[in-house]
Amino acid sequence: MDIATTAAQIGLERETRTGAVTVPIYQTATFRHPGLGLSTGYDYSRSGNPTRQALEEGIAALEGGSRGFAYASGMAAITSLMFLFERGDHLIVTEDLYGGSYRLFEKLFRQFGLSFSYVDTSDVEKVKSEIRPDTRALFVESLTNPLLKAADVEKLAALCKENGMLCIVDNTFLTPYLLRCLDLGADITIYSGSKYLAGHNDTVCGVVAVKDAALAEKVYFHQNGAGAVLGPQDSWLTIRGMKTLTIRMDRQQENALVLARWLEGHPQVVKVHYPGLPGHPGHELMKSRGKGFGAMIAFEVTEPELVERLLMKTRVISFAESLGGVESLITYPKVQTHADIEPETLQRLGINDRLLRLSVGIEDKDDLIADLAQAFTKGEDA
Amino acid sequence: MKFATDLIHGVDPIDAEHGSVSHPIYLSSTFAQRSMDHFGRYDYARSGNPTREALEEAVAGLEKGAAGFAFASGMAAIASTFLLFAPGDHLVVCEDVYGGTFRLLSTLFKGWGLQATFVDATDNAAIAAAIRPETRALYLETPSNPLLKVTDLTAAVALAREKGLLTIVDNTFMTPYLQRPLELGCDIVLHSGTKFLNGHSDVICGFAVAREAELGQRLRFIQNAFGAVLGPQDCWLVLRGLKTLKVRMEEHQASAGKIAAWLEQCKDVVRVYYPGLPGHPGYETHRGQADGPGAVLSFELATFEQTRRLCEGVRLSAFAVSLGGVESILSYPAKMSHAAMPPAEREARGIKETLVRLSVGLEDPDDLIADMERCLQG
Repeated sequence: MDIATTAAQIGLERETRTGAVTVPIYQTATFRHPGLGLSTGYDYSRSGNPTRQALEEGIAALEGGSRGFAYASGMAAITSLMFLFERGDHLIVTEDLYGGSYRLFEKLFRQFGLSFSYVDTSDVEKVKSEIRPDTRALFVESLTNPLLKAADVEKLAALCKENGMLCIVDNTFLTPYLLRCLDLGADITIYSGSKYLAGHNDTVCGVVAVKDAALAEKVYFHQNGAGAVLGPQDSWLTIRGMKTLTIRMDRQQENALVLARWLEGHPQVVKVHYPGLPGHPGHELMKSRGKGFGAMIAFEVTEPELVERLLMKTRVISFAESLGGVESLITYPKVQTHADIEPETLQRLGINDRLLRLSVGIEDKDDLIADLAQAFTKGEDA
Repeated sequence: MKFATDLIHGVDPIDAEHGSVSHPIYLSSTFAQRSMDHFGRYDYARSGNPTREALEEAVAGLEKGAAGFAFASGMAAIASTFLLFAPGDHLVVCEDVYGGTFRLLSTLFKGWGLQATFVDATDNAAIAAAIRPETRALYLETPSNPLLKVTDLTAAVALAREKGLLTIVDNTFMTPYLQRPLELGCDIVLHSGTKFLNGHSDVICGFAVAREAELGQRLRFIQNAFGAVLGPQDCWLVLRGLKTLKVRMEEHQASAGKIAAWLEQCKDVVRVYYPGLPGHPGYETHRGQADGPGAVLSFELATFEQTRRLCEGVRLSAFAVSLGGVESILSYPAKMSHAAMPPAEREARGIKETLVRLSVGLEDPDDLIADMERCLQG
């Protein structure tokens, strides 16, 4: 079945009593037991809730995984996965990863005895050179935040397999519509579902899909044990969002390419990072591995002063954190999403005071261009 | 302001603009910024959401703490609190702690190097004896789950302060209406808000409240970094539930007292655990630190057969896990709340296979008694 069909039908046919075509919101904490030692399959909503389960089954179906899991946030999902590891374990991580993940690894999990090496995961050889006897996993962003570096998930997954490491892919920027990481050999995909999956900037959630059933059992143990689960209403909103994933993504990508080209031609733009542009280093790889390039663009303007002008003057595009929603957002990674990363690292990675990140929405592309064009011009707006 | 008024008016309405007397549900993951240098109060909803913040302030206010935090579940609140500690640290924990907490300590956090000693916390000398140089905190439930054992919080706090330890109390069974551990000097209060705070068995949520702002800042860092936050719709439901906390608790408690008295004279009942009964070993201590015995009681039946008959036969009480809702919930700790505890550990703690736990709801107590009587008579 095509992914568009699977996505549109998440939760369908779960409600057999009334025939409702959307899954009911089971706003219940607990479930009545039919007898001592008997269960309907649900006993306490932290352990399992039918609405959340519809979402979890949905992501598993989209990814081709054995099981899915929904969490209170993307960070809660990542934290819950870190619980799979033990003191002394080493992980290799994408160097220009989301600042929240970096903060979690460095400020929380390092004190619990995990160690992390940060490398350019768009280079398989560099990843390989970081593998140590105690390396247990690779945590890779399939398309990095904010510099849009593409990882070869297939080769990295093979490398992990050879070395007995788990391959965990944060596929937030691409979604299973554009890149099917489990099919490419990854063990776990993880999402800030707040982004493209829910897609409406109205829910904070995290979603995970696991390939192997035995590994999924372990993931479940920690989902239930640490209890960082997603509530039923947010689960329902995420399902609702996922039904339009493919059509939103189609439009967002289309707009993104137009905007990326326009930005490339703009005299006040030095560099555009968008993998849909043929000159992007990950362009060919992404063409061969997936179905698209996503709708995130990072671009460098000629001078720092322009940053404030763009952030303050855009009207259609909102100056806000987050991404992936139907509305376009512009972000200043250095001080927003990546504020927790050390200044030297940011400088080395190219996350400088002239870099902006654009999450392209589904508005009309001409309105988006006109908005950016007026923001680039000097002077107060009319 | 007195408690009942605090529940209704404790937090300023956020929505001064429209005058709405109920907090708006801010279903927004992100917040647009007006300045590049000075971000607004909210930027990303994991870090802060106005609906969640209203709830966090309300719960912190009721518990008399400096800062409160809402989590996706009680276990998420507890796990987040355990993340305050480092490998090698040691906790002294009451022995009949909730099974989920036991599991977290004996699997996940044990693996991370956080050590725990489980003690009979009704005995302050036993707590003292378990303290080691690397002990960082006392972790208590009073009354405990499911045996309603009472810990003397004032004595525990004195001991903790002498040794430089934090005192952490799971106050789920009591709610701040009946017991305010922070006022007794405890440092962190935890809740499964799913229970009496929300009170309607319709939300899974948890809370941590810190007495002091500095500890609150550390919890805020973890809440944001781990990100096990409560969603805005659930937050709103809990705000709604909180408004009736006092009236619910009063009614729950009055019925529980009546049912406990009935159980005590019931020939099939071997033993009743309820801190409202004068024969309860912690009766006086509890009276000294709480304003009432609450509405959870446990009792042992003479035989397993009777236990099964009761669990499977009750019509009014839901035979289910959880507690603290408007509907009575009868549960079987050995296979429910404490199923995560190995059988030997359970037995050692007195959680027998003939033990049932009743969370008394808002039904008429006479109806609840009649329902149980029918089952016991067979």
